[in-house]
Amino acid sequence: MATLTPNPEQRLATAAALPAAIELDGINKHFGPVHANRDIHLTVQRGTVHGIVGENGAGKSTLMSILYGFYTADSGTIRVGGKTVTITDSRHALALGIGMVHQHFMLVDNFTVIENIVLGAEDSALLGRTLSKARAQLKQLATDYGLEVDPDALIEDLSVGQQQRVEILKALYRGADILILDEPTGVLTPAEADHLFRILRKLRDEGKTIILITHKLREIMAITDQVSVMRQGAMVKTLTTSETSPGELAELMVGRRVLLRVEKGPANPGKVMLGVDKLVVTDDMGVPRVKSVSFEVRAGEIVGIAGVAGNGQSELLEAISGMRDQSSGQVIVNGQPVSAFGDDGAARLREVGLAHVPEDRLRMGLVTNFFEWENAILGYQNDYGQGLALDVGRAKAEARERIAQYDIRPANTDLKSANFSGGNQQKIVLAREMERNPDVLIVGQPTRGVDIGAIEFIHNQIIKMRDAGKAILLVSVELDEIRALSDRILVLFDGEIVGEADPATADEGELGLLMAGVHDRPDAQGSARLPEHVTPVEKTLTEMSPKTDQDIR
Amino acid sequence: MMGYYTDLILILDSTVRLAIPLILACLAGLYSERAGIVDIGLEGKLLGSAFGAAATAAVTGSAWLGLLAGVGVALGMSAIHGIASINLKGNQTISGVALNFLAAGLTTFLGQSWFHRGGFTPQLSGDQRFGPITLPFAPELANVPVIGGLYSELISGHNILAYAAFIAVPVTAWVLFSTRFGLRLRAVGENPKALDTAGISVTRLRYQALIITAVLVGVGGTYLSIAQSAGFNNNMSAGRGYIALAALIFAKWKPWPALATCLLFGFLDALQFRLQGVQFPYIGEVPVQAIQVLPYLLTIILLAGFIGRAVAPKASGIPYTKER
Repeated sequence: MATLTPNPEQRLATAAALPAAIELDGINKHFGPVHANRDIHLTVQRGTVHGIVGENGAGKSTLMSILYGFYTADSGTIRVGGKTVTITDSRHALALGIGMVHQHFMLVDNFTVIENIVLGAEDSALLGRTLSKARAQLKQLATDYGLEVDPDALIEDLSVGQQQRVEILKALYRGADILILDEPTGVLTPAEADHLFRILRKLRDEGKTIILITHKLREIMAITDQVSVMRQGAMVKTLTTSETSPGELAELMVGRRVLLRVEKGPANPGKVMLGVDKLVVTDDMGVPRVKSVSFEVRAGEIVGIAGVAGNGQSELLEAISGMRDQSSGQVIVNGQPVSAFGDDGAARLREVGLAHVPEDRLRMGLVTNFFEWENAILGYQNDYGQGLALDVGRAKAEARERIAQYDIRPANTDLKSANFSGGNQQKIVLAREMERNPDVLIVGQPTRGVDIGAIEFIHNQIIKMRDAGKAILLVSVELDEIRALSDRILVLFDGEIVGEADPATADEGELGLLMAGVHDRPDAQGSARLPEHVTPVEKTLTEMSPKTDQDIR
Repeated sequence: MMGYYTDLILILDSTVRLAIPLILACLAGLYSERAGIVDIGLEGKLLGSAFGAAATAAVTGSAWLGLLAGVGVALGMSAIHGIASINLKGNQTISGVALNFLAAGLTTFLGQSWFHRGGFTPQLSGDQRFGPITLPFAPELANVPVIGGLYSELISGHNILAYAAFIAVPVTAWVLFSTRFGLRLRAVGENPKALDTAGISVTRLRYQALIITAVLVGVGGTYLSIAQSAGFNNNMSAGRGYIALAALIFAKWKPWPALATCLLFGFLDALQFRLQGVQFPYIGEVPVQAIQVLPYLLTIILLAGFIGRAVAPKASGIPYTKER
């Protein structure tokens, strides 16, 4: 490797002289009613690390999937190395030298490393020659870039970090010149992330172009030369990393959007209805996501939890609602400690008067293949009819009432839930949970993927619940929503509550900084430190994918 | 002493004969399950191709045309299975069960309406069947102690389909682990998405696997009716397709263990024939039915507890849908 590594400015200057590695011009992509990418312009210079930041659902993964040929853009042009191309499938992308390291690895678990690497790129019908060639090439790549992996190890025996290296090797073996990494550190330990970044630097110094998708600002500051910020499907700005700060990026990411108007009187907090005491929750891989969180929600108030997605909100919600076992700590509903352990944890919490509108209605709130009336009683079906029989008549009658009350369209109880729009699906879930008259209501992302009209209705409904004296815990990645609805705001970062604010007086910039984790931590400001935390495996791609009947097998 | 040895050789000889259709069906199942397609229709394919082979051999007088027809029938049934489970993304188990019913009903019906013998095909003889092949020096060596009997009785004297079955085992092992096709085949049954992102057609690969499956099981069915027996009779596959699937699980989807397992099942079957009518000490004669149940009983016991963790190809039974 060259001993003289050019500094970022020199790198950008040399890169500018060459045709850009990738130029995107006016890219648009719709998934049904969702405008996932709107008029994207992006230029990625050769031999640089280009970061793309944005919150979950900002359209980063969709954009990269278009580049990799997984989706086709509705409109716009793509230029690779100055030449206009139409990328039809991943094979084509590979041929153009674009390799992608997916967030969820595309590896065959019980194959060896070398088998995975040659799979689909074999030279001939017999494997012998290909394998020995690949072996030699792997050795070369290992010494060139520090990508050491035992070629004969089985994938399932490797750590996640090593598996990721195999994915990178796969791309390089196929001659990738431009490497896209989608949230690469999401599944890595800090040491592994560190190693990954050393590899990426070497790759860049050898002339490869790297596109890094992430929502972690510290990684952006640590490794990228340039950074583009995406928000709500649009490309907000492209900056030179050395000339920006995490604060500026956070602000761009979260945005200063027009405040949604919600008519709301002053809160009238009563007694504590929901208590959370030193709650610790780990994710499926045993990594703590919620780290000793304590707070209270009183009757007649809305407590909003703000934060950039992936900072423990999901795990917190799931633990409180009984969908995920907590490691330690306590959840207290109406003065009674409730054990949420076991598969019936959610049912027990419902019995004591806690209702839950889950974050992801399609995964947790509805069975989309069910009729509307079936979803309208889901989870409460035992209240309808005696013994084994289900009182379908009463269920349908109540479903019809709710449809009228919540203005759910089309007003048809016998329509499959998949055929309702996002907003109406959300209303079905809200109606089901709210009309049980719970003492405590937990709402996650109430308006994600919901049209404007429905947003207003849902917000008013939540306020109505508060005014009826219910305790409401609201989690949303939309800061505006949190500010508009909440009576108190708690900011969650890296599984901890890092601040509390009054929505009436809170400064948006300040909240943004809190959410980005740049509070009282001098080391975080523009330093090259790697994150000490890991974020959960997000499902951005899936979230952005069209939800059709096929998905719901 | 010599008597016991001859007995043993004879049992082993019938072990081999009984194991052949199992080996062929098991390898057939191996290709399709490795590609991610559960083929419970093996039973029906065995039966269908047995009928096709016997009927064609009876009409044309040629065993080879019979073989061609047997494989043809299996290919046709595989095509139905493929369209249902690959293109239409239907449930593979249901498609397989449907094929089994179709084969059971159609063979009897066609057999009756063509040959009027209650579903049986005419007795076949001579060129209508695959006869035993005597390997060189077998008669000369027959009287040499120990190896003579082994060579002339056990190794020599089988028909060409039987030898083909045994050759298919190393060939399968080689295809699976030393060729590009094998690598992709194994991958498509484990993680079709990995192949898809590498730009390789999952559909095409799965069809290729189904074709190999059909050829192997077609040979197996042909063996049943015109090599092992001298004609087709009703339901002559007698669950061998299912036992082959059980053997496949027992062998953990690997070719050599598959051979061993099929030989074990064949041995149990041979033993069962041998033990009928034998007087046991203390017990006396055991009813035929009780002895006949032995291989099946052992199948259950082995599958229930003695094979440890058998991990099927991960994508087995799941139709592949592209995410776009």
